[in-house]
Amino acid sequence: MLPELGSFSLILALCLCGMLGTLPVVGAHTGNQLWMNLARPLAAGIFVFLGIGFAILVYAFLTDDFSVSFVAQHSNSLLPMRYKFTAAWGGHEGSFLLWTFMLAGWMFTVGVFSKSMPIDFVARVLGVLGLITFSYILFMLATSNPFDRIVPLPPADGADLNSALQDIGFILHPPTLYMGYVGFSVVFAFAIAALISGRMDAAWARWSRPWANVAWAILTIGIALGSWWAYYELGWGGWWAWDPVENPPLITWLFGTALVHSLAVTEKRGVFKSWTILLAILAFSGSLLGTFITRSGLLTSVHAFASDPDRGFFILGILGIAIGGSLLLYAIRAPLMKADAGFELVSREMFLLANNVILVVAAASVFLGTLFPMVYQAITDDLISIGPPYFNAIFAPLMMLLVVFLGIGPMSRWKRTSPAYLVAQLSRVALASLVLGVVLPLLVLLEFSLAASITLLLALWVIFSIARDMADKTANKKTRVAGLRSLSWSYYGMQLAHLGIAIMLVGVSLTSYFSSERSVLLDIGGTVELGGYRFDLVDSRRIEGPNYFGEQVEMTVSRDGEVFRVLYPERRLYVASGTPSTEMAIDAGFFRDLFVTLGEQRESGAWTMTLYVKPFVRWIWLGALFMAFGACIAAGDKRYRRLRVRETKKAGSPSSEAMPAAS
Amino acid sequence: MRTLPGTALCFASFLFVLLSSQIGYAQVDTFEFETDEQQRRFRQLSDELRCPQCQNANLSGSSGGVAEDLRREIHRMIMEGMSNAEIEQFMFERYGDFIFYRPRLRSDTLLLWFGPLIFLGIGGVVAWTISRRARQTDAAKTELDPKQQQQLDKLLNNSESRS
Amino acid sequence: MSKLKYFIPVIAFVGLALMLWRGLYLDPKELPSMLIDKPLPEFAMTTVEDSAISNANLPDGMFLLNVWGSYCLPCLVEHPTLMRLAEEGEIPVVGINYKDRKELALDWLDTNGNPFEFSIYDDLGRLGIDLGVYGAPETYLVDANGVIRYRHVAVLDEQVWQEVFEPAIAELNAESTP
Repeated sequence: MLPELGSFSLILALCLCGMLGTLPVVGAHTGNQLWMNLARPLAAGIFVFLGIGFAILVYAFLTDDFSVSFVAQHSNSLLPMRYKFTAAWGGHEGSFLLWTFMLAGWMFTVGVFSKSMPIDFVARVLGVLGLITFSYILFMLATSNPFDRIVPLPPADGADLNSALQDIGFILHPPTLYMGYVGFSVVFAFAIAALISGRMDAAWARWSRPWANVAWAILTIGIALGSWWAYYELGWGGWWAWDPVENPPLITWLFGTALVHSLAVTEKRGVFKSWTILLAILAFSGSLLGTFITRSGLLTSVHAFASDPDRGFFILGILGIAIGGSLLLYAIRAPLMKADAGFELVSREMFLLANNVILVVAAASVFLGTLFPMVYQAITDDLISIGPPYFNAIFAPLMMLLVVFLGIGPMSRWKRTSPAYLVAQLSRVALASLVLGVVLPLLVLLEFSLAASITLLLALWVIFSIARDMADKTANKKTRVAGLRSLSWSYYGMQLAHLGIAIMLVGVSLTSYFSSERSVLLDIGGTVELGGYRFDLVDSRRIEGPNYFGEQVEMTVSRDGEVFRVLYPERRLYVASGTPSTEMAIDAGFFRDLFVTLGEQRESGAWTMTLYVKPFVRWIWLGALFMAFGACIAAGDKRYRRLRVRETKKAGSPSSEAMPAAS
Repeated sequence: MRTLPGTALCFASFLFVLLSSQIGYAQVDTFEFETDEQQRRFRQLSDELRCPQCQNANLSGSSGGVAEDLRREIHRMIMEGMSNAEIEQFMFERYGDFIFYRPRLRSDTLLLWFGPLIFLGIGGVVAWTISRRARQTDAAKTELDPKQQQQLDKLLNNSESRS
Repeated sequence: MSKLKYFIPVIAFVGLALMLWRGLYLDPKELPSMLIDKPLPEFAMTTVEDSAISNANLPDGMFLLNVWGSYCLPCLVEHPTLMRLAEEGEIPVVGINYKDRKELALDWLDTNGNPFEFSIYDDLGRLGIDLGVYGAPETYLVDANGVIRYRHVAVLDEQVWQEVFEPAIAELNAESTP
């Protein structure tokens, strides 16, 4: 009974979406207050019904309702409770419901936090979001209903959740990733509303920026969680595989980063307007593309859901209409957006333009590498593979170029900056980075690698540049502390996010060039040394878990003769599915990770295993954390908050469209 | 939630929780090599060759099956003194382009390898065009038209005669 | 021109969408064989019954080379078709017992029937690598000169036989008759 109510909930949400996609939008065009005012309550209703649907699905999992086909495919009575919950997104149908529910959540939030915006604008924004949600729900009901039942005989038990997904990474990564990914639909809706109304002023940019920043922050965390999960899941220390399903979120992230910067220029200077809109459309396209690739079977990937061409065609249809339509609208309306001002060759605008060009080129290149095999096959009928060697060769130089600009841009002034000024500011920064970049690895790790030093040098370039700029900006106040207090949240957010990039770069370079590993065959009582650490195999035993059994090995780790950690790597066999898995044991640290992956046990009782030492690997995700943190702080800048309070009094009247410029 | 730094700090503590016993799929070989160079080559080749059976994984990261056999072959070929190029040719003769994660540079992959450079070139041209127009706009907006110039001159003359 | 440049994104997108649409009809997992029109690799191994064999022992005319294993369920599915081909004498079938254990393989043949002239015992998968095998079952069509002309991956059932192999064999026969 309940699953049918779930379907019904979806149908209700669909109807509300249909209304939201039409009535308020028409109302905005004709000035119909009633219709425009429907937008917010409709958004709330859609959120409620999709929430109910999702709750019903989760309930079906928690109560082992194997008459529901999706539950039977992805759950099992022996599955621990927390994984029964997360199994709701363990396959295509459920994860797509989660995806849509996230969009409804953003839509609802826009309804709540838009009091300072004129009602016709809100009506259009929510209308666009409503149309997108409509297409997603239609897709579900037509091709992927999570509430479909197995008739006439439901199985006694389910097929179990894939052993790889019975893990905390799976609890955290998909919801966060979806939340960020889907969040770019909001800025997209803002952009479409601007195109429809033909108006795009500083107020528009000021409204859009927090939404773009927060979506970007969440997407950054979502991608970082995926990287972290892959790292300990796969067992060989890799943290990014350039897989066809991993790449679209990265493409969206790159477009999103360019968008966040373009919005800054549009808000402050009234230029790059049409570029900002185009980037908003591109970032959103990235999210649709990701959905398409993951669920259509277009490309081969470990992450892809079971493919079904029907679904592929439907999503392609959505892609075609949404992106084709918005790009057509862009082609027609964007010429109306005139730049408010100009700028010189050496100026902040120019540096941000260079920044955006590089980011877009990077996104386009990743896109090229991801889809080229498919195009190649379509033309030649032959298969070609494109993997990490290609992507790393292309992506790394572009990022290094970007980081060079990253050290200069924040120091430059709007409209015109004297090159002499920049040189004066940065010459010592450059020197310090160069020297330390070469010297530090030598001193600390006693090794030299040109590639690592170059990357480290670039990271230091950013860090010192930040320090220099902050020193500069606090120099003229009464005290340094007063100076620090006078800096805005926006400024701190920016520096923090840029610092995050530098931190990530340090992690990437040190782990890529200075990691070590060793594969050995160890008897019980055997010992092996790696990277200054000693590993001893103490014991081997059988173990049993809630839905698996296997073997566990006990290893002590010592340094300088002192044991400081015991590791328990395992090999498991999951009962219901019969799939084996290897569990690695990690000693995580701020400055290095140590881990052990088991191979197999020989007849003698000895174990094959691989040991790894990975320096600074956690800095990769720490950097992402800083980036997300910085973006959120910037979004909390007082100019977004203060104006909201002041304008609550003016809200509701169409004439309040012509908003005063940013404070 | 979104504007609270606290949430971000929450994630920070997650990342630094000492993890143990996580799921892994790595396989473990215990091939013997005579030199470090051989070991390095083996690792590099296993990383850059694709497992023909798997969904999308290199030879290093796949357990069992064809991947295991191919790694064994790579070891054998390295120990027999074959060069990387010869080993890659061996693989190509049996599995084709599919097995290389680094696409060969040929006439039909030129667009792939030079695409990013071309994109960068286009980006540079676009940026230059925007910059030129921006400089013109800047000049235009700071220049006065003849009527405004007259007004300014008049004002200056007036103020001069008064002082 | 200045207004037209805004249309570049939408035009590029239409091209992309068409490519994606075309892409949905492709199977990205179907590896074409590198050995088409190349001679069978040289080998000197034993059969599952421990007799020595090499290329010299292969049938003189056209034959099928089938990669199978006792662990392989689809092999069981295509087994009746292979039995029929062998019994009716349509075309000789040579087997490669791929990465299997001899006892299990012999058991499997005993239980289900043996359609093969003989089965090469390739427990380490060396011959499989030389052929570019990436998973059982696979079936190669080899012509009278020992040249591989076609490879089919996955189950060879009656439908596949009629739709794919019979036309291919007919074509080869037409070629060889002057």
